[in-house]
Amino acid sequence: MNKNIHKFHYKDVYFLLDVNSGAVHAVDKMIADMMDVFDGKNDDDVINKYMNIYKPLEIKEALSELHQLIEAEQLFAPDITVPPVFSEKGIVKSMCLLVAHDCNLRCKYCFADTGDFGADRQLMNRQVGEAAVEYIIEHSGSRKHCEIDFFGGEPLVNMPLVKHITAYVRKREKEAGKIFKLTLTTNGILLNDENIKFLNDNNISVVISLDGRKSVHDHMRPDAGGHDTYNRAVANFKKLVKSRNDENYYMRGTYTKYNLDFTNDVVSMADEGFDILSIEPVIAKDEDYAILESDLPQIFAEYDKLVNTYLQYRREGRGFFFFHFNIDLNNGPCVAKRLSGCGAGHEYYAVAANGDMYPCHQFVGREKYLLGNVFEGVTSTQIPQHFRNCHVLNKDKCRDCWARYFCSGGCHANADLFNNDIYKPYELGCELQKKRLECAIAVQALMSMENSH
Amino acid sequence: MKHIKTVNKPYLQSTLKTGGCGECQASCQSACKTSCTVGNQVCEKKQ
Repeated sequence: MNKNIHKFHYKDVYFLLDVNSGAVHAVDKMIADMMDVFDGKNDDDVINKYMNIYKPLEIKEALSELHQLIEAEQLFAPDITVPPVFSEKGIVKSMCLLVAHDCNLRCKYCFADTGDFGADRQLMNRQVGEAAVEYIIEHSGSRKHCEIDFFGGEPLVNMPLVKHITAYVRKREKEAGKIFKLTLTTNGILLNDENIKFLNDNNISVVISLDGRKSVHDHMRPDAGGHDTYNRAVANFKKLVKSRNDENYYMRGTYTKYNLDFTNDVVSMADEGFDILSIEPVIAKDEDYAILESDLPQIFAEYDKLVNTYLQYRREGRGFFFFHFNIDLNNGPCVAKRLSGCGAGHEYYAVAANGDMYPCHQFVGREKYLLGNVFEGVTSTQIPQHFRNCHVLNKDKCRDCWARYFCSGGCHANADLFNNDIYKPYELGCELQKKRLECAIAVQALMSMENSH
Repeated sequence: MKHIKTVNKPYLQSTLKTGGCGECQASCQSACKTSCTVGNQVCEKKQ
């Protein structure tokens, strides 16, 4: 099979993804079979191979259709090289502010070591926060859209700073001609009428953390005293979401080895009235809840189940958004964006409470990735370039992978965690990503075909 | 076509010269703080 074509099926519908154009074709079984041999130029080989299985006339008809696709550059489209619009240097436009290295929960899988990132519990002060805003304004060049995510630990632990920085951003963006999108990621326990109003009044998007069913959530996300948190979180999230007309939020959860039946968790979120959802695999090594390669068959079957449930809910008029199925096959990002990926280390930095800058929030505390700080700027100048160049066309494992322009090479922090090298992707993550992408493409294609009937 | 139904318009090749404005959201800032899924982004120019 050609490296630039990916073939897969959902039930009895077969799909071809033309990797270099992004075109998706639903095909019959005969064409799906023929693609094992067809390379665009060997019609006779195809006819000889399949003439005893399919009618030669039908094969020729199918070949004619395939050649029409090739002509239109929708099949075997030319290889992509680094385009001139992908600038050599990144422009920093997004920051994740770790406003509190402290948290009121003790989630067992927390990459921040329950909020303190392996060091002392600490809150960000105004000077650091303001300097971070100024850093973005100064380093985002002509980019109009900039972003700040209030993150932690738990950012609501440091609400006075969130309020101060929000006011500071709203003042400075006008002066600097920028538009800042603000996001806050929270476990919900400290949400109350006052801070909900603040978040709504200031148009701050929220990412809210819930792991699905009560038993699953309570098992992994106890509070600092060891108590259950599900009931408190859900009650606050319902109040928050209702107050913003069910918009401008994402509910995200984590699944672990203990809930590989995570479709039930997505359903639980949906049945509680939340309809903008995401659930992702835990990232863990040597833990009882870590996902292993041997879990993959069960997880793949579970994603198929989630597709069925997703489509069923939609057909019944109670559909929900699921982040990993929401790929836009017609208006997706450009090639330059697909190379820059998440932007960690060259377009996107994380700022620790003390002002230290790292490539992203997950790198905080990994000292060899310390970039510098918000006051003096980047002092380890080789790191941004190392990350900028770490794109799919420069990584051995990614260059020939069919998913390269969707995942953009995966998460650098995970690659570093598992392989000690951001150029060597975390392969278990790749397998999960590829399965999710097949599901996403199938979902979008099926919905598109249903709508066109 | 009888055997093939093309689901979407191909677009990647057309962005080789026109893309790169960088105005779109950082992918990890939305719902996935633990994975990188650029395919889920939408182009800011086309919104």
